[in-house]
Amino acid sequence: MDALDIADPIAAEDIAPVQRRRRRVGFGFALAAGWIVFVLLLAIFANVLPIQSPTDADFLAKRAPPSAEHWLGTDNLGRDELSRLIHGARISLTVGLCAPVIGVIAGGLLGLLAGYFRGRFEALVVGGVDVLLAFPPLVLALAVTAYLGQTIPNLVMVLGVLGIPAFTRVARAATLSLAQREFVVAARTLGATHARILFRELLPNVALPLIAFFLLAVAVTIVVEGALSFLGLGVPPPAPSWGIMIGEGRESLDIAPRLAFMPAAAMFLTVLAFNMVGDSLRALTDPRPGAL
Amino acid sequence: MLGFVGKRLLHLIPVLLAVTVLTFLIASLLPGDLAYVMLGDQATPEKVAALRHTMGLDLPIWQRYLHWLSDVLRGDLGRSFRTGETVLGAISARLPVSLQLMVMAEVIGLAVGIPLAICCAVRPGGRLDRALTAVAFGKLSLPSFMVAILLIYVFAVQLHWLPATGYVPLTEDPLGNLRCFVLPALTLAFGEWPVLMRVLRSDMIATLQEDYIAMARAKGLRPARILLVHALKPSSLTLVTVTGINIGRLIGGALIVETIFALPGIGRLLVGAIYARDFIILQGVVLFVAAGFVVVNFIVDMLYAVLDPRIRHGRA
Repeated sequence: MDALDIADPIAAEDIAPVQRRRRRVGFGFALAAGWIVFVLLLAIFANVLPIQSPTDADFLAKRAPPSAEHWLGTDNLGRDELSRLIHGARISLTVGLCAPVIGVIAGGLLGLLAGYFRGRFEALVVGGVDVLLAFPPLVLALAVTAYLGQTIPNLVMVLGVLGIPAFTRVARAATLSLAQREFVVAARTLGATHARILFRELLPNVALPLIAFFLLAVAVTIVVEGALSFLGLGVPPPAPSWGIMIGEGRESLDIAPRLAFMPAAAMFLTVLAFNMVGDSLRALTDPRPGAL
Repeated sequence: MLGFVGKRLLHLIPVLLAVTVLTFLIASLLPGDLAYVMLGDQATPEKVAALRHTMGLDLPIWQRYLHWLSDVLRGDLGRSFRTGETVLGAISARLPVSLQLMVMAEVIGLAVGIPLAICCAVRPGGRLDRALTAVAFGKLSLPSFMVAILLIYVFAVQLHWLPATGYVPLTEDPLGNLRCFVLPALTLAFGEWPVLMRVLRSDMIATLQEDYIAMARAKGLRPARILLVHALKPSSLTLVTVTGINIGRLIGGALIVETIFALPGIGRLLVGAIYARDFIILQGVVLFVAAGFVVVNFIVDMLYAVLDPRIRHGRA
């Protein structure tokens, strides 16, 4: 099942023959993708990089300015700021990349089936999605992680499940418009089974909008993880999550504002990069200009 | 019109019921026994069993749901086992704060968004339009807690113009009350205006293509008059919807901002309930927020139909 094989020329043709005009991805796209790769590499190799421990406190060097020993200085407890930023990237990206996987698989499948089979099943799925969307996601995330316990796997699970309704909507909308197209009708007249039509004909075409939305979901998930950790309800300290670091930096905003602004800048740039790459991909599949 | 309202009402009831089911399930299926939490370190197996029995926790889950639902329908959301405060009392004490914050944020958001949208729509694709589109896109990546910290740093820490946190009741000191709402409202409005601007901008661009606008131009009306009198009202339908939905969303969605600025609103009540493991308050507030959102959406749908006859006649 070559679900993610978007380079397939026939699949690309099917998506939108009208929009085949070349769009320049541009300098911003390259910069954003470069930043993502850079942060990803730092996060993967955080343990082997020649940096100090993110949790060892040096109480004699609290809030020390940048020096040869501590490139970005130290935080309120004398922990190395650069090391905490890099290990923080690890947490943000783990949660940010893993949680939407749950959403894209479950939501994508639900939306695909709902858009293809229609009828009662579709009504049920759409109704369920509407109800889930009535709950403010942050409220649900807060309540459920508080009950289940604040660990990274729990966060991934809760944020992943919360993403399902949105992915369902995207997949269903894409499937609805594709299910009437000639190539699906052709496959059906050739006697293809439902499973074959769903996974060989429809899925490769629904995959591109889903991947674009996946990247936007990564951005949103990183923000939500940051917000939860900022409130002290995400990953528990002393883990160096960007959200926790911003929260701790806020306490010393008057004496060492950089302790709040550096993790904030790291998170902003990463989220911006995912938004930019995701939006460029979305623009490839969506003829409407610049929907926000 | 009545038929339209009836149809939407019929749709509203199952959604509200589903919201109550989900709220109840979240609060009761998650690990952690209420009786243990309430008894704390005095929990002996006998005491727990007795408390579970008096609270009806030993009944099957669907019976507990029906009991709870009938209480809810009679307006009884229970009371906090920690403070003894009723959930409804706690909500109504905090609601004015959340409402004031929401209204101020929405007013600031509209005051910034509408003029900018009109400027963009006059010359779509122009320099201003492209710059503001980029700003709106960048804002997507700037979550409210970062904006809050930035504003606190500039206006409270550096300039000392406004308090960083705290709350003064309106009845005690109206000016002080306004001052402590400025930064939180600005934080929320910062998230609102780009959305409002984008929505109005695209509707306005469409309106300006209409024949009657060409007619108004041909008559030689001043451009400002055309934009503000002829084009603004027919372009504001989506804006009304989005503003309404945002208001519904902000009832509970302002919890980060309320927590950062220590404003005693609904969001803060919720966060406090989570910290204190106060299940009853938590359940009540989640239900209130979700049901509020559904009802606000319903009202917005109705408003939309009042504004646009095509919708209530099903021709949109």
